[in-house]
Amino acid sequence: MYRYDTIDRTLVNERVAQYRDQLARHLAGDLSEDEFRPLRLQNGLYIQKHAPMLRVAIPYGMLSSVQLRRLADIARRYDRGYGHFTTRQNIQYNWPRLEDSAHMLAELAEVEMHAIQTSGNCVRNISSDEYAGIAPDEIVDPRPLCEILRQWSTFHPEFAYLPRKFKIAVNGAHEDRAATAFHDIGLTLRRDDSGALVVDVLVGGGMGRTPMIGTVIRHGLPWAHTLAYVEAILRVYNRHGRRDNIYKARIKILLKALGAQEFTRQVEAEFAHLENGPGTLTAEEYRRVAAFFSAPAYESLADHDAAHERELARSQPFARWVGRSVRPHRVPGYRAVVISLKKTGVPPGDATAEQMERVAQWAEHFGFGEIRVSHEQNLILSDVRVRDLHTLWSEARAAGLATANHGLLTDIIACPGGDFCSLANAKSIPIAEAIQRRFDDLDYLHDIGELNINISGCMNSCGHHHVGHIGILGVDKDGEEWYQVSLGGADGSSLSAGRAALGKVIGPSFRAGHMPEVVARLIETYLQARLAEEPFIETVHRLGIAPFKARVYGAPLGEDGHAEETLAHG
Amino acid sequence: MAEIIRGGRAEADRFSVWRPPAGVEGQIPPPGPVLVPLAHWLAGAETLQGRRDTGVWLAPDDDPLALAPWIDGLAVVAVDFPKFTDGRGYSSAYLLRNRLGYRGELRAIGDVLPDQLAYLKRVGFDAFALRPDKKPAQALAAMGAFSEAYQGSTDQPLPVFRRGERPGPAEWKR
Repeated sequence: MYRYDTIDRTLVNERVAQYRDQLARHLAGDLSEDEFRPLRLQNGLYIQKHAPMLRVAIPYGMLSSVQLRRLADIARRYDRGYGHFTTRQNIQYNWPRLEDSAHMLAELAEVEMHAIQTSGNCVRNISSDEYAGIAPDEIVDPRPLCEILRQWSTFHPEFAYLPRKFKIAVNGAHEDRAATAFHDIGLTLRRDDSGALVVDVLVGGGMGRTPMIGTVIRHGLPWAHTLAYVEAILRVYNRHGRRDNIYKARIKILLKALGAQEFTRQVEAEFAHLENGPGTLTAEEYRRVAAFFSAPAYESLADHDAAHERELARSQPFARWVGRSVRPHRVPGYRAVVISLKKTGVPPGDATAEQMERVAQWAEHFGFGEIRVSHEQNLILSDVRVRDLHTLWSEARAAGLATANHGLLTDIIACPGGDFCSLANAKSIPIAEAIQRRFDDLDYLHDIGELNINISGCMNSCGHHHVGHIGILGVDKDGEEWYQVSLGGADGSSLSAGRAALGKVIGPSFRAGHMPEVVARLIETYLQARLAEEPFIETVHRLGIAPFKARVYGAPLGEDGHAEETLAHG
Repeated sequence: MAEIIRGGRAEADRFSVWRPPAGVEGQIPPPGPVLVPLAHWLAGAETLQGRRDTGVWLAPDDDPLALAPWIDGLAVVAVDFPKFTDGRGYSSAYLLRNRLGYRGELRAIGDVLPDQLAYLKRVGFDAFALRPDKKPAQALAAMGAFSEAYQGSTDQPLPVFRRGERPGPAEWKR
């Protein structure tokens, strides 16, 4: 884990003091809502439907147990006892009081956390691979560069009032678990033929109203130039990105308008002025930061554990959980464990204060006190010994945190939606729940196999519906909530067969009450058409959407009164 | 006379900002110290240069690099912020200072509010024409919000990692 020194601490404390003063002036009527808005947003504070919402950064998804306990404590004392983990490795509190927000930030600062630039038209939290440092397929640990970028982007004076928000993701593994193709900048770290660390720089990916897969504009950038190159991109964007239309303001629109070639030319021309300047990274700085991410004191273990094998053979629920939740680790005898936050009846990504404390305790007891937050809105214990898996499972099951559905249909990604968010056209959480209830049979779920369902309550795509194998988008039709369904989206991870693709809309949208049946028909179509071992996404890519469409729209969906009622009380 | 924040205090400002209506040809700026739009400067630089106390102001979409031929002779360049949330002027300032090496007064004009001054100062502004309803004392206080900076910009070109060894992590506060 990165640890603050006096410089980091001073900056975060000064930020809290600055915000405290701004909030006081706002509450006293000296700072208008229009003037206060960008300031509070860049401190993570939205004003939502029912209350303000505070979004706290979890830089590149890394948390210590001490930090997670503090998040739990804040949930209990300033919120309603829970928090919501998001697709960009942040946590959101949905019920704080505006008056408390400065206190909350001060409490976060005590454990080296903040909500800086988690919202607003600025460079947001840097996101990355949730298995960084432990994944067997890793080429370069992305965390040192993530932390270097976090520091560089924090309070960058020139890029705080960009045309629109700006998201950067970094990946250093063979599998892209950071959805780099869908970020404003996606950095892929690799080694060139001589073994030197280089960066492939992708620009202009994104979801939202105009989803786009980004374009690699520079292959093999020597790592030391990363900051200068990113600065060049941001300067071109800050100067020339559109500011007249919020829907055309992201960098992807600028890149498309100029054409990739001309955009790249402008970036390269700017970079030429910065190359080898003071922003060039030094080996000393890289080593200094990388030292924080050095491997913990792993035991030397056999990868095979006889007692574990016996438990696997003895208990089907345990074996099932291991099959879904336990992921490979680069160190023999260790595994990463996904703690699913997708139990049916609980909004996807939500965790109670008690659950956060339990996870923190497990991280200390079974690991080195470290937790990751995944973009699928789950938590990950990074270093669990194989021989401890059964004990962990027993405890997790008792705490309601051993749902064996990671990567399956019910591991739904969903934004907070119309229940909380003032931008939403429609609710997300009740739709997720209705689908989870329909597919509550674990045998059936495992038979269906790996599948992403992603739900967004509006075009802002916080639920990443464009890259859901099944994507669901809430739309407003004459004041009613309807849902548009797309098929074949893929985020670029292995679950998505390693490709990045945007889903295709299958046709007219559906009422909320019909959604479980719509999903059921999609699944039936898949089960009938699939080849042996062929996952859902592959079948969709092989057949196209036509057979799915025919099935879904082929027969009336029937009355939805009962389902509507369930939703209304969900 | 309006005030300008400069050198850590608010003082009387001699300059006026001339904002001629668009589309009218051949207008002549008023006498006295004045800032003229970039387009006017480019159209009549020879005559304007002859006048004492004439500076240029840039709109957000003006190219600051267009001032290159005159940059050493200009006493005042201003960058206009029609709305404080339009951040193009920050890059204009950076380019004036770092690409053109402009060393004269660089002032922020328009919707200039106390809470933006810390960043404006970092990118190279050294004079601030605060929006008239805002208090200079508040602006001066807000300017010093941060005592450190991670990244290089105009006022401190060296990023923190080139300014000597970092002190190393402090004790974890539980």
